[in-house]
Amino acid sequence: MNSSVITFPGSNCDRDMDVALKKFGFKNKKIWHNDIDLPKSDLVVLPGGFSYGDYLRCGSMASKSKIMQSVINFAKSGGNVMGVCNGFQILVEAGLLPGVLLRNKHLEFICKNIFVKVNDKNNQYFKDIEKDTLELHIAHNEGNYFCSNDQIKKINDNNQVALYYSDKNGKIDENNNPNGSIKNIAGVFNKEKNILGMMPHPERMIDVSISGEDGSIFFKNLIKNLK
Amino acid sequence: MKISIIITLKKDVLDPQGKIIHQTLDGMGFNNINEIRQGKYFEIDIEENDKKKAEEKVKDMCKKLLANLVIENYKIIESQ
Repeated sequence: MNSSVITFPGSNCDRDMDVALKKFGFKNKKIWHNDIDLPKSDLVVLPGGFSYGDYLRCGSMASKSKIMQSVINFAKSGGNVMGVCNGFQILVEAGLLPGVLLRNKHLEFICKNIFVKVNDKNNQYFKDIEKDTLELHIAHNEGNYFCSNDQIKKINDNNQVALYYSDKNGKIDENNNPNGSIKNIAGVFNKEKNILGMMPHPERMIDVSISGEDGSIFFKNLIKNLK
Repeated sequence: MKISIIITLKKDVLDPQGKIIHQTLDGMGFNNINEIRQGKYFEIDIEENDKKKAEEKVKDMCKKLLANLVIENYKIIESQ
């Protein structure tokens, strides 16, 4: 499995993502944002960070960078693209995923472990994950997922929610919503489910001694089931 | 030609910054405010003398980059 992690100016989780992908068997390449061609990849990852200093709106500048035209073409032809945190923000700004990520409801940067409930396992990203909830890490200022009423209806009708913020038993409610996201949404797919965007960082949960291993579960499934 | 635009959040989008500014002003004694919504302002100096053409170009910029139409509206407030 070949993967590519895109590094934008201001990305800071690109190395962690590279380490995580390699740990679970991907042959990963780090690609600079100013490149035009994408190497042959089974998965393209847009990592977390603060691309272009979060100027204008988070992810807005990065979504127009040179490599993104290739990423957009790759995604639209069915290629697997995953965006984590700032990567998720870039995907919505590029129009590859619905909605937008607003400033956190309480105006605080949030950096902590949370639980997410996997909404649907009938897709390659979560197929063989036995657990219903995963403990992952979030670190963001703009993770408050928002979309119009029409969009949320479409997202639900097409079963496009990937993850909900929940408690460790999978209870989804206001008390377990860290940032004000509409319906507790922590991650979404496109309609075809080859593109996934999520605020939580699985790459930060791959070491049993310093984090947890729920990220490892995610990556093990990814290399097994990615088509 | 210089074109000024403002970008504001749509009505049903939560504006926590506006809310906090409102609360702070309230705490300072400005008690008669109903609501505050924060926006963005841009001045674009464009080499185009035809007002209509210049405004069309700026509108295109708004749609493609300056505003996110899921949550924001844009408005040209001055062209000179």
